[in-house]
Amino acid sequence: MTTATVQAQKLAAEQLFSRKRLFAFGLPTLALAYLLYIFFAFDVLGLTSRASLDNARTLVADSYSYKTHVSRDNRSGTVTVAIEGERKGTYPEGTAPDWVSLGEDTVIDLGNGHVVKYADEEIHYDIPGYGLITANPGRSGVATTFPDGPLPDWINASKNRVTITTDEGRLTITRNRTEVLRYFAGWELFFFTLDSPFHGRSFTDIVGLAVSSDQLEPGQSNLSAMWEDFINNAMWRHGEVFWAIFETILMAFLGTLGAAIVALPMGFLAARNFTPLRSVRFAFRRVFDFLRGVDALIWTIVLARAFGPGPLTGALAILLTDSGTFGKMFSEALENVDKKQIEGVQSTGAKPVQRYRFGVIPQITPVLLSQILYYLESNTRSATIIGAITGGGIGLLLTQAMITQKDWEEVTYYIILVILMVMIMDWLSGILRRRLIAGGEPTKRGKSRFAGAGLKRYLENAPWAR
Amino acid sequence: MSESASPNGISQIRVDYLAQTRRKRMYGGILLLLFVALMVGGFDLADQRNAGGFWDGLHRVFDFPAEVLSEAAEKLALLPGHLIHFAPALLETVNIAGAATLAGALIAIVLSLLSTRGLARWPRLIPVFRRVMDIMRAVPEIVIALVLIFVLGGGPVPAMIAIAFHTAGALGKLFSEVNENADLKPVEGLASVGASWSQRMVLGVIPQVSPNYLSYALLRFEINIRASAILGFVGAGGIGYELKNAMSWGQGKYDEAAAIFTLLFLTIVAVDQASSALRHKLTEGRAQ
Repeated sequence: MTTATVQAQKLAAEQLFSRKRLFAFGLPTLALAYLLYIFFAFDVLGLTSRASLDNARTLVADSYSYKTHVSRDNRSGTVTVAIEGERKGTYPEGTAPDWVSLGEDTVIDLGNGHVVKYADEEIHYDIPGYGLITANPGRSGVATTFPDGPLPDWINASKNRVTITTDEGRLTITRNRTEVLRYFAGWELFFFTLDSPFHGRSFTDIVGLAVSSDQLEPGQSNLSAMWEDFINNAMWRHGEVFWAIFETILMAFLGTLGAAIVALPMGFLAARNFTPLRSVRFAFRRVFDFLRGVDALIWTIVLARAFGPGPLTGALAILLTDSGTFGKMFSEALENVDKKQIEGVQSTGAKPVQRYRFGVIPQITPVLLSQILYYLESNTRSATIIGAITGGGIGLLLTQAMITQKDWEEVTYYIILVILMVMIMDWLSGILRRRLIAGGEPTKRGKSRFAGAGLKRYLENAPWAR
Repeated sequence: MSESASPNGISQIRVDYLAQTRRKRMYGGILLLLFVALMVGGFDLADQRNAGGFWDGLHRVFDFPAEVLSEAAEKLALLPGHLIHFAPALLETVNIAGAATLAGALIAIVLSLLSTRGLARWPRLIPVFRRVMDIMRAVPEIVIALVLIFVLGGGPVPAMIAIAFHTAGALGKLFSEVNENADLKPVEGLASVGASWSQRMVLGVIPQVSPNYLSYALLRFEINIRASAILGFVGAGGIGYELKNAMSWGQGKYDEAAAIFTLLFLTIVAVDQASSALRHKLTEGRAQ
């Protein structure tokens, strides 16, 4: 080897090194620069002033706790106890939770020694370590006497309104109305509402009732009465929620499988080795591009105009978008099939249809099924999103609950259900994929059944993950 | 001579084989019937639950596109102006997708390295990181976006965070599959000279797997552009938001809707084409 070639090689190596070095530093710098640009383009600094911490606090607090309202109409003197202050959570007249004692005077025990008393005209609030507050709402305003000393900042008092906020609860007095709120952890009335005979019983009690034969609701077994009360729970509307989940899965199922059915014949027409006519191939490929390019959002808008909101619209939007995606993938899979198997079938005198049925379909089935199952899972997520736009399924419930901006416990419930739904679909599709493709063996996908090396490479190189 | 090869045995095999084929065919037929029944029943159910019926609406499918097109054609002269007018919104949508993909991919790299056997920093925590990725993947973007819009106010940032969160989970899983195929020799070599975990990962693993990472990230970018347009429609800025405004205005602004449709369509197609060309190059380069 001469010195010149060594020199040249050394130079080339050094060039390669410097190029790699440039790349290794250049790429992170570029990414950083882009993020910096985004930081200013999205006005992240301005966000801190727009963000509402109060909203965040109500959201978090509401998602794991609830409040019970004990309110009195100061004129008539009627006292109502209602969970979350809603009509469907109101205790029947004359009943109350055990920390409220009704009677001549209503005594509300907020715990830790905090006691509020609705006496005839007056309202007393005994706060340990501070003293007794006495208020007298009347026509001229709320006359309040506080213990001596300056007012602490958790008391807000004006002529017509007094608000006292402690860790135990909150008391609001206006001229016409007195209200105490007490906060509890958990989701209120999740299983049974107040009008159900099963409300307020312990878990063991419920299980005991479920198997016992004396019926709380005459003429109906306890178990079915329980199920009915649970499903028709007015506060949480479990029945409707389960329907919505089912509707979302239905959208994904119809959309994905419908798309597969539509796309399979079109895939043949767009594959090089099955359609010799270049113009036909070209036309179908452009159809796929168009269907994919228009995207589910626009399809949803267009279809909702014709069919109105609902699960069918969502299913059709998924169907149209994924016909394009599947068509493209199927035609690619078809172009990668092994010719030998088709020739083998042909050599036995098979007609064209039989050649496809026995030479082609068995080869591509694993690829197709695995793609379809993958999309079924991913479309469950899409169906949630499309449902929010077109008005169907759990997506609609989710947006409705969010728009009210107060039922965050329901939002939390829906979110948990959505996540569970997607995870279960993911798990099911994973099991089915392994079953169908590896023939029951839990091995890495497609070892034995793929005769074609091209197909195998396609499978390994084509990440259809979404 | 063994039993099975005798003429009697062969005919027995033949009978068995035919019986098996028949059974297989019957199972196939039953499955097919079941599938058709499910599809038809499901379709019927969805049709009932829909506000408008399928057969009533079918002839109206083209009414809306026709309305939009005719109005756009009437005001054709305004179209270039609209295209320019909505270009910044389009840029925002693309930027949401780009930033979310980048941020999500960076988180995904860390998560995937932490959850790959043989590479993980804390091998005992592998299942924990895997479950974390599963949950991140399962959350639809719209859920996080809507919650964040309530807290942070409208704009591109909630959408970006929402998409990045989902992307981190989705890419994390794919990346960890890639990591499993990485050669461990460079990692061991680096370990022998006393490199720290992060050095081993950055110098030993990332260079091997970066083409695959890039390929997956590009695919994700395609998906995220669509997601970012949809999130705009629920209030998170970008071209989706403009589309919602134009749509809720109804007739009279359909020319704007047409311009937005065009922009969105062209962008999605262009990004799809560019990304698939790039990915093709990446996988081809690896094969050599």
